Amino acid sequence: MYAQLVKTDGKGVKPLDEMTPEERVFQQRIDDDQKIEPKDWMPDGYRKNLIRQISQHAHSELVGQLPESNWITRAPTLERKAILLAKVQDEAGHGLYLYCAAETLGISRDQMFDQLHSGKSKYSSIFNYPTLTWADMGAVGWLVDGAAIMNQVPLQRTSYGPYARAMVRICKEESFHQRQGFHIMMKMANGTAAQKRMAQDALNRFWYPSLMMFGPSDKDSVHSAQSMAWKIKINTNDELRQKFVDQTVPQAEYLGLTVPDKDLRWNDETGSYVFTEPDWDEFYAVLAGNGPCNKERLQARVDAWNDGDWFREGLLANAAKRRAKQGEAA
Amino acid sequence: MSESDLSKAELPLWEIFVRGQHGLNHRHVGSLHAADAEMAINNARDVYTRRNEGVSIWAVESSRIAASSPSDKEPLFDPANSKVYRHPSFFDIPDEAGSM
Amino acid sequence: MSSSNQTHSESGASPFEFLLQMGDNCLILAHRNSQWCGHGPALEEDIAIANISLDLIGQTQLWLGLAGEVEGAGRSADDLAYLRDAFDFRNLLLVERPNGDFGLTLMRQFLFDAWHLPMLKGLQQSTDQRVAEIAEKSVREVAYHLERSSDLIVRLGDGSEQSHQRMQSALDELWSYTGEMLDFDDLSPTLVSQGMVPQAQGIAEAFNQHVSETLQQATLTQPASEFVRRGGKTGIHSEHLGYVLAEMQFLQRAYPGATW
Repeated sequence: MYAQLVKTDGKGVKPLDEMTPEERVFQQRIDDDQKIEPKDWMPDGYRKNLIRQISQHAHSELVGQLPESNWITRAPTLERKAILLAKVQDEAGHGLYLYCAAETLGISRDQMFDQLHSGKSKYSSIFNYPTLTWADMGAVGWLVDGAAIMNQVPLQRTSYGPYARAMVRICKEESFHQRQGFHIMMKMANGTAAQKRMAQDALNRFWYPSLMMFGPSDKDSVHSAQSMAWKIKINTNDELRQKFVDQTVPQAEYLGLTVPDKDLRWNDETGSYVFTEPDWDEFYAVLAGNGPCNKERLQARVDAWNDGDWFREGLLANAAKRRAKQGEAA
Repeated sequence: MSESDLSKAELPLWEIFVRGQHGLNHRHVGSLHAADAEMAINNARDVYTRRNEGVSIWAVESSRIAASSPSDKEPLFDPANSKVYRHPSFFDIPDEAGSM
Repeated sequence: MSSSNQTHSESGASPFEFLLQMGDNCLILAHRNSQWCGHGPALEEDIAIANISLDLIGQTQLWLGLAGEVEGAGRSADDLAYLRDAFDFRNLLLVERPNGDFGLTLMRQFLFDAWHLPMLKGLQQSTDQRVAEIAEKSVREVAYHLERSSDLIVRLGDGSEQSHQRMQSALDELWSYTGEMLDFDDLSPTLVSQGMVPQAQGIAEAFNQHVSETLQQATLTQPASEFVRRGGKTGIHSEHLGYVLAEMQFLQRAYPGATW
């Protein structure tokens, strides 16, 4: 997701001697771990890819509110309700930070919304899966946020200053998200037979979609190489997926739940798990718009935006009146 | 402004600066959209301070901020590289790159 | 204090029922507002309305927690929220009104806040220390709610032609639900005479003053009708509350005895 699915333009990394002088200084600054800031010179490709990546990341936060907000009104206790609402609110905040980071690159938030609403710009495929029971709130926090954090922590070191700073803030706030999800799973896995069944069912449904969040294997991709040279992508998709599996399998065991992969086994030599790849046909189908909830998710965003037209216009009209009044007074 | 203009207009972008309870300088915390300054401050309370008491908020319309722009002109391009030249690798840059 | 007296009797609402009124208002309004999460008209509003819901959920826990304590039957705040049926709820009809457009939601919030703040200020002086403490904790949050909702009412009322129309029709739609807040005829007279609850008159005056000033600034017309819809405070609700509870209480009802 996020950095993982963004195709970089161009034909891979330019060798140093083919670069223009500006490009060379630019690459040198990145290699030296200096941050690139909004007004600095940057190659067009860098700017374009960053806009695409950050806006997709922002859209994912925004659309990512929906599967969880689906359960706020049904949360089983007042405390769970408050925690879930605070968490989903954080996602809105993270979307806001990221849109602002992208805006420093010369695109406006409303333009990015247009791209989302028209389907031109994508968001993480995971949010096109439904949340069917309360245990899904646990699974989303534990697995989906777990995968997101794995992706976001390295992005705090990304080369673009505003993006890196947004990621620092996001990672700080996100620390409780995965924990609250795991905590729900613990309650469910140790609860009644019905709760346990819900917990296992949630893991069954979210396991492979979570693995898909890291994107298809990209170890030989030239696109990926360019993004990594620019440090807008820090790890390969496979590295992150492996790390995620290695971290998550023992947690599932701790919960007494079964990871839905009969070929899953520990490899002593590599010191990591061997696991079954997700069904990439399903992944591409969801990406193409054929996931269980694609239509509903996008429609919810389009409706929220269109229904809010009069509200935003009203505020602007009022601000214009106030300015006019101040003008008269002055 | 007519209402049809407003439908295409965007809520302007504001930069938010917050001074915490410990009396340090106002620090840039991020940006947000709002119709005017007063609303930007209200929104900042919700978005950036989660309404902590005792903080002071400044809101400045982003378009009003003057920022140095290193790549606009050559004379300004040099100082931007001042960070680079402190690094040994700066010296790998060949002479052809005269403008730098 | 009377215990587990849940039905409206001739002597009026008990302290327990009064605390349910306070808690249920917060709970049902938080529920309604939380339905906007992910669907707000701007990201900043989405975040702000979630903050208001979070405050109200916190206040619900305090009021219903105290209600359970006063009742003395061992019911927790969660038991009261999740295991009562509609006729045992004591919230105002106003807060169970459906969300409608964002204007209707804001107007509902504004009218509630304009009552809620003076009510809490009055309750800060309650002779019941526990009530005064909850009011003390809530009053700053609610002062901010009122500041924010008033600001938006003014901006949208005095905004575009369309926003003005929407806010006026929201006001017209909700006005008859405000009267229920403004008298305490439903309460046992001793609650006021013994100083647990403030005099209704002062709260009504503060409400009327703030509302009329704000509406004037907003260029909105206060409806002339004096018709008052009542029922919520005595447990006679609209059809809407049943659906709110069916959704809210689903898990607790479907899986009795489970812990979450």
